[in-house]
Amino acid sequence: MEALPASISQILNTLLAVLVGVGGVISLYVALDFLIRFLPKNVQQRIRPWIFVGPLLLILAFYLVYPTLNTIFLSFLDKRSESFVGLKNYFFAVTNPAMLTAFRNNLLWLVLLTTFSVGLGLVIAVLANRVRYETVVKSLIFLPLAISFVGASVIWRFVYAYKPADVSQIGLLNSILVNFLGLEPIGWFVEKALNNFALIAVGVWLQTGFCMVVLSAAIKSISGEVIEAARVDGANEWQLFWRIIVPMISSTIAVVATTVVINSLKAFDIVFVLTNGNRGTEVLANRMYKEMFQFRDFGRASAVAVILLVAIIPVMAVNIRRFQEQEAVR
Amino acid sequence: MSDRLRNALSCTPVHLAIIGITFIWTLPSVGLLISSLRSKSDVFGTGWWSVFQHPFDFTQYQLDNYIHVLSMEGMGRAFLNSLTITIPSTVIPIAVAAFAAYAFAWMEFPGRQVLFVVVVGLLVVPLQMTLIPLLRVYNRLGLSGTFLGIWLAHTGYGLPFAVYMLRNFIGSLPRDLFESAYLDGASHLTAFIRLALPLSVPAIASLAIFQFLWVWNDLLVALIYLGGTEQVAPLTLKLSAMVQSLGQDWHLLTAAAFISMALPLIVFFSLQRYFVQGILAGSVKG
Repeated sequence: MEALPASISQILNTLLAVLVGVGGVISLYVALDFLIRFLPKNVQQRIRPWIFVGPLLLILAFYLVYPTLNTIFLSFLDKRSESFVGLKNYFFAVTNPAMLTAFRNNLLWLVLLTTFSVGLGLVIAVLANRVRYETVVKSLIFLPLAISFVGASVIWRFVYAYKPADVSQIGLLNSILVNFLGLEPIGWFVEKALNNFALIAVGVWLQTGFCMVVLSAAIKSISGEVIEAARVDGANEWQLFWRIIVPMISSTIAVVATTVVINSLKAFDIVFVLTNGNRGTEVLANRMYKEMFQFRDFGRASAVAVILLVAIIPVMAVNIRRFQEQEAVR
Repeated sequence: MSDRLRNALSCTPVHLAIIGITFIWTLPSVGLLISSLRSKSDVFGTGWWSVFQHPFDFTQYQLDNYIHVLSMEGMGRAFLNSLTITIPSTVIPIAVAAFAAYAFAWMEFPGRQVLFVVVVGLLVVPLQMTLIPLLRVYNRLGLSGTFLGIWLAHTGYGLPFAVYMLRNFIGSLPRDLFESAYLDGASHLTAFIRLALPLSVPAIASLAIFQFLWVWNDLLVALIYLGGTEQVAPLTLKLSAMVQSLGQDWHLLTAAAFISMALPLIVFFSLQRYFVQGILAGSVKG
């Protein structure tokens, strides 16, 4: 009961913070807009847009632009950012065994997570489109998206739980292995041949719902006439899928795939909670965290971050081009 | 008649496949929920699926695990911390983004296009690029380990997506509407507050759900800027620490995990429509 006053004061603090934060932000804009009304009309017109975008630009400059440039700079300095070491950190990044494992695993994540999330998402979207209980199916597949990676990790740690062969298995997968297939239980996070796949499966479980929702909307936008015409021409379901549906939603598939690619490059939480990168499951983002907090080597950590950025730049280019195409249409 | 029968039969594989997939997808979450309601000895003795031998024997369910983690393990505190972090981290970026989105859509100023392209480009800068320099500045300013610090950090990370989405929405509102308002002598501020904001409620709602879930479920940002202090740690941080410290105490871990998921699930089920719209509007979160 002692905790009660503390939590009440914290609830009050939350409320106060919300009021101050929101009120403060809005009144900042209104006050600035009011102040410039005392200036001549033409000056006013030139300044006003900057009041609307100014705060945004300041925040972005401080939180994204400056740190990005600074990290690039730090990646050429030593552990404590005191002296210039040239490309030493990058040399370390491409030769160190743990880093090489991380590269291999990120590639594995990228290929498998993208293939399976997009593939399964597409299959489920197409199948669900043909049954009457579509909404229920979609909600249930989509639900993991609302769950945190940490929460999902606990869920799956339990699915993968391992007990010695002579004790009753409480993990779902090992129980199936032992009771139905008569096999030995497997330590899913320990076996080096399996552990990466076990982690990526958690990612697929989380991301498929996202792919499914976006792809399902695209499938529904294909006009019924096109499908009918193909059917009249004698196309079977298989041909319909590969020759009509997939080509017609290919741009949406590309959008979904780029998003999943970015997520797989940045994979962190699942690995951090489930294995912490041990036994050959390291990924770049977790490696960076370790360099930063465990080894306190800011040069190497920065180099890993820059490598992540460089891997993501092609995707960024696609994103910006997509935006410009949209603008051209408008 | 035989036609309908054949139709129904040809659909059977579809039904089997879709029900099978949905079943597999739901099973892990069901296991978590059931385990969190079982006693410690039950959880360790038998698999959670054994409750289905007599599913309506309610004596096998109890709430002790929840009571234990909420009081003893500090999950209650963490829940409040998560709220304290999440609400301002959702509202501030949306407010800042809305003003900027209006300017990008309806105001003339030099560099408008270029600046907007830069904002869109920042969408995919990985968070990792910003951690070290910001943490250093935060340590110098005394912002690390404070709620204010993490609100602003989430604001910074959430803004590109928020601006991108709101600019697309506000920009697609009918031009006539704004032009007649300006002719009637409305200032930009009035047009923004009276026209753009009310008309953008659907976009703002889906954005708010997005940002809310993103901040609530975030682990990395909290890990970096808040550290592990009980005073400020949100649910995700608490839960991941419990995974390390409680390891095999599945009855407690499952209850704790469910507590951390309860609010997002409520938000998700009650506002699913907006959430889906948001995802469709722009699926590119950095």
